[in-house]
Amino acid sequence: MTPSLLYAFAGVALCSIGLFGFVRIRHLLRKLMAFNLIGSGVFLLMVGLAQRGGQPDPVPQALVLTGIVVAIAATALAVVLIRRYYHLSGQTTLAEPRAKRAKPPAPTANREGSPE
Amino acid sequence: MTLGLMAGLLFTPLAWAVLTLLVDFRKGRVVTWLGMAVQMLVSLGLWAVVASDGGFLYLLGGWQAPLGIELRVDGLAVTFVLLTAVVAAACGWHASIYLDPDKAWHRYFWPLFWFLWAGLNAVWLGGDLFNLYVGLELISLAAVGLVALGGQADALRAAIRYLMAALLGSLAYLLGVALIYGQFGTLSLAGVTALLNSAEVPAGLSFALVLMLLGLALKTALFPMHGWLPPAHGIAKSPVSALLSALVVKASFYIAARLWLDLGGHLGSYALAQLIGALGGIAVIWGSWLAFRQVKLKQVVAYSSVAQIGYLFLLFPLTWGVSDAISLQAQQGITLQVISHALAKAAMFLSAGNLIMSVGSNRVDALAGVSRFLPFSLFSFGLAGVSLMGLPPTGGFAAKWLLLQASLASGQWWWLGVLLAGGLLSAAYVFRVYQASFIDDTDIDHFFHPSRSLEVIPMILALLSLGLGLMAEPVLSVMSLPFEAGRGQ
Repeated sequence: MTPSLLYAFAGVALCSIGLFGFVRIRHLLRKLMAFNLIGSGVFLLMVGLAQRGGQPDPVPQALVLTGIVVAIAATALAVVLIRRYYHLSGQTTLAEPRAKRAKPPAPTANREGSPE
Repeated sequence: MTLGLMAGLLFTPLAWAVLTLLVDFRKGRVVTWLGMAVQMLVSLGLWAVVASDGGFLYLLGGWQAPLGIELRVDGLAVTFVLLTAVVAAACGWHASIYLDPDKAWHRYFWPLFWFLWAGLNAVWLGGDLFNLYVGLELISLAAVGLVALGGQADALRAAIRYLMAALLGSLAYLLGVALIYGQFGTLSLAGVTALLNSAEVPAGLSFALVLMLLGLALKTALFPMHGWLPPAHGIAKSPVSALLSALVVKASFYIAARLWLDLGGHLGSYALAQLIGALGGIAVIWGSWLAFRQVKLKQVVAYSSVAQIGYLFLLFPLTWGVSDAISLQAQQGITLQVISHALAKAAMFLSAGNLIMSVGSNRVDALAGVSRFLPFSLFSFGLAGVSLMGLPPTGGFAAKWLLLQASLASGQWWWLGVLLAGGLLSAAYVFRVYQASFIDDTDIDHFFHPSRSLEVIPMILALLSLGLGLMAEPVLSVMSLPFEAGRGQ
């Protein structure tokens, strides 16, 4: 049991907690945080697993750096979408609004941005 | 020559993405036409080079593998690069006329479109597991942005659902990559395969492959993880739906297929292969049935994508533990299915967009009478449908014929049922749309007429998909070209 393996196990634990949250939580922002938790878990695992004879391996560290950039981009996009969605629908979950929308909308309401 | 082509192929989409970010929709449209022409020529040139000289490895910027990015330019990759160029150019051209230039947010279509294209090329050519991940993420984020372009709450809901599914899928894939790297200390797919062949496989490593396949299957919308696809593809603007269905889902499938063909022999098992095949089979039947039941036209087409994606996963059982000849046959069948579905589904979504634009409603029963006003678009829709059904001489027929032969030759006759039932059910949902459009007793007489080029584009794609059955031989011969390491420096 080396310290780096401890990081890997911590990564697995983070992944599991994050996955649980991602599946169970309906609130979109909290879901997004759960996603970030899984991401951190994966990064820890990546750095923790890849040890070559006690020396840290530089490649996974570079990968994790790229991974963090990707995760930030994804999180930023998600936050923008969730915010806009909240402004438009007043909802914080993905649940379909019932009753109001169940009836077929007016014929013109669904035109796909067609030129008039 | 090759160097210039590769530079053009990789540089154009990124450069054009930045350029179009700076200008409004109308200018972006003109800039994009230029870029599409460049990209088309470069893809054709590269295809011709590989067709005559064989594939090669390309080191980006001359940097060696662990530090730099290694691209694998083989027959299959250039075939998909060319397919992407054709379909994306058609969708881009359609979008340039279809989208309303007066809505301010539509200008963001172009940068997203080009980033998507860049990501697709990165995935087709990527040779190492991590760069494939980056390519996948680039595709997902651009695709989610394109879905959200609709702007209303429904479109955003679909986009967020899509984003969540895509992010979870990527993380599952990345976790698998982390495990593989922890074991082998290399990310190159070829390197991992070589290590697997030389040493004995440590127990438990199959878990890494299962994780990666699970993540990719989620992103490809394999049954029962297809829930995110129909809302996203159904609500997006038609050119966007066409891009998503034709190309985006294929990118994650392409990675899954390459992982399976390279690592599946050691890390896979008969049970895993059959399980994935069975899920694909259920997707074919369940997706077609749901397509038949949908009220909205674009939902019909979107569920049809779920079904057609199901066929692709027959690759897994048909290439595991069979002779090389059968495996090659199955791979060729799947490649043809990818190409013909991409062309046919793009044609179908674009013509569905024209039909919806014309009648002003997205419901199937609103199509009554449209056959008199828009026969051209309806005909494209039908031609694409013929390819999805798998009638000769379409590409869909050639693909299913190869799959049929492969399943008989490998003794897995049970996939025949899937192939036959899938074809019949697709006929059912295509004819249902036709039936609705030929009803004549309608009072509506105000049909909007889309411009001529909007109608020509899906027709070209549908004809290409139809002709693919006749051109299958040259396409397949380039696809399976041997890989020649060390050239193209």
